[in-house]
Amino acid sequence: MNFLKQTVAVTLLNLRTIPQRLGSSGVAIIGIAGVVIVLVSVLSIAQGFSAAMESSGSPGRALVMRSGADSEMTSGLSGPEVDLIKQAPGLRREGQTAVASAELYVVIDIPKISTNTSANVPMRGVEPQATKVREEFRIIEGRMFEFGTNEVVVGRGASVNFRGLTVGNTVTTGQNTWKVVGMFETGGSIAETEIWTDTRVLQAAYRRGNTYQTVLARLDSSESFNTFRDWLTANPQVNVQVRREEEYYAQQSRALTGLIRGVGFGIAALMGIGAVFGAILTMYTAVSTRSREIATLRALGFNTTSVVVSVLAESLALAAIGGAIGGVLAYFAFNGYQTSTMNFSTFSQVAFAFQVTPQLLIMGLSYALIMGLIGGLFPALRAARLPIPSALREL
Amino acid sequence: MKFFPLLWSSLWRKKIRTIFTLLAVFIAFILFGLLMTIRTAFSFGVDIAGLDRLVLIHKVSLIMPLPVSYLERLRGTEGVSMVTHQSWFGGVYQDPANFFAQMVVEPEPFMKIYPEFKVPEDQMKAWLADRQGAIVGVDLAKRFGWKIGDRIPIIGTIWQPKEGQVWDFNIVGMYDGEAGVDKTQFFFRYDYLNENRRQGDGLVGWYVVKIADPSQAQQMSAKFDSMFANSSAETKTTTEKGFVEGFAKQIGDIGAIMIAILVAVLFTMMLVAANTMAQSVRERTSEMGVLKTLGFSNASILVLILSESVLIAVIGGSAGLALAWLFVQQGDPTNGMLPVFMLPPRDITMGVVMVLLLGFVAGLWPAVSAMNLKITDALRRS
Repeated sequence: MNFLKQTVAVTLLNLRTIPQRLGSSGVAIIGIAGVVIVLVSVLSIAQGFSAAMESSGSPGRALVMRSGADSEMTSGLSGPEVDLIKQAPGLRREGQTAVASAELYVVIDIPKISTNTSANVPMRGVEPQATKVREEFRIIEGRMFEFGTNEVVVGRGASVNFRGLTVGNTVTTGQNTWKVVGMFETGGSIAETEIWTDTRVLQAAYRRGNTYQTVLARLDSSESFNTFRDWLTANPQVNVQVRREEEYYAQQSRALTGLIRGVGFGIAALMGIGAVFGAILTMYTAVSTRSREIATLRALGFNTTSVVVSVLAESLALAAIGGAIGGVLAYFAFNGYQTSTMNFSTFSQVAFAFQVTPQLLIMGLSYALIMGLIGGLFPALRAARLPIPSALREL
Repeated sequence: MKFFPLLWSSLWRKKIRTIFTLLAVFIAFILFGLLMTIRTAFSFGVDIAGLDRLVLIHKVSLIMPLPVSYLERLRGTEGVSMVTHQSWFGGVYQDPANFFAQMVVEPEPFMKIYPEFKVPEDQMKAWLADRQGAIVGVDLAKRFGWKIGDRIPIIGTIWQPKEGQVWDFNIVGMYDGEAGVDKTQFFFRYDYLNENRRQGDGLVGWYVVKIADPSQAQQMSAKFDSMFANSSAETKTTTEKGFVEGFAKQIGDIGAIMIAILVAVLFTMMLVAANTMAQSVRERTSEMGVLKTLGFSNASILVLILSESVLIAVIGGSAGLALAWLFVQQGDPTNGMLPVFMLPPRDITMGVVMVLLLGFVAGLWPAVSAMNLKITDALRRS
């Protein structure tokens, strides 16, 4: 009990004197805050990107591509193949119609607003069933395009990031003119970076004849995937691979997310070492300016452990303040920041927003506390080992 | 220079403090080197892109093919010194994770237009003699342990061979190049692709045109685009530099992100160093008074303190830069995701400037306050 009282007393004494050492305490706080900002903001890029990619896939949908194709971009299916795919068992039907959409996927050059240089914006040709396949599809401005015309609807992310993609505008690419009649969202998924139009109109515009690239099908139930896949892969009339949409997108996001996370953790680890040195310096200064005080306390009979704990507590308090400042700044500066990047698998742009999630903030704060603990450890031990007589004599 | 022993001994007055400050600066400049390397990697070698080379792509998008017939029309245009075409193959070697660029080219004009790819003459001859021959970058060969004479199967994703899915290549040579040249590419012959693909006869990805007078780049671009206007495949021409820059920007402004992080790092480390210097000067107030009494001028006190701070920055910073450089020499740690992995001399120079600047700025305030000390105050205060 006595020990506890001592510890609390010394710790409070320490914390109350922080304002007197504002300069060097400030350095430790800013150092740690800097590391937390960098860690949280870099990881929020990876978080936002993988969230956009992962929310794109639903386990209830299957994507059919030509076997050997590694993405929608390189796939190709003929008209008869598509007809056959739509007859496969395991996919959902409404009356006689299969809830599946045979699609074309191309990219067109449109300037990116932030850089004013052209970017590969994905354009998807869809069939009328497409909005039933993707139940999350919702028009938020204007209306859906008319099939059989050169009208298009644009995703919200595409509209934000690329020039001229607003309702009422027309977009000219090569010899084609597209009229934007509506804007849609799909729950933040990758489709929001796309421009949608009638697949048959797109076939004509790109001289694709009666060919498609993929079929996206709604499964009867998540479990009917195997029935659907096995029937198609066993059928010699089609040469296709069938994947769950979810897996397809998760695989595409893996490389980039991994790279960003690696870079983020690497930089934060190095910076963290630097900040720990900053914290150690601060705490050494704090201990050495108070060495007489500490020696007096110990001469009065205060326990060594309570002195160690008090120094550690001060260091942790500074780290917590730094971590909190860093987290809050990162949140306000980057959460929801809209940007787009290249998805190398399909060679097209993906719009996404940085996401500073509570988990990231907690991670940032924990990292700050670890830095504070390490930064306070050596100075605390030094305080404990101070030889009392010489410390008292010191000026 | 005669004050160096004084400088040195005051530096080690408090060993622990000096060591930690050195380490903080050291870490800051390791980061500087690595961040600059990442920045360079994401600019895809834009610094070495030729200004006399123009890139013609399909106006709608890079992925749309162009007819091979444009070759003759471009070659016949005045002011053009060489033309060739290239295509993206996008095949898979063993596993999609083994990604590397495979380019379909015409060997002779390609190697003339790109003198930065250096191939021994006998290997070039072997390439011309073997339709299935491929020339690979030395870094790529190292990554997969390929040797000349190896047979490499690659699965076509965009282009399918007439039979099956696999294209076979013979490695007939390897190219090397200076630092900054992407040595991870795989070049093979257009005639092999065109004669054996199932569909797409006579289609190429894009054209590269070397023009006689680089200052005419803009006029030539406009001329080419008007030549093919209103055809089924209209074109968009840019300089190769502009093309690479545009491509890099599609990924996002990695450069700006790296610089933002660097500013955060250097600012923090400068604070740490400045704090240490201020602390150490404060402790030596009476020493300063003694020095001044001995006849040290205000200016020499200023220089003394500033040199101390610059010395710390130089020792820590140059060690950091050197270690970063050594690390980068080991090559790309991501297995082919960052083909141009180097720390350019320009950035090293900038690093050295930053080191000096950091030392100077960190020492400035403590130095000025030491200079302004009155002898009487300094000696009384202790």
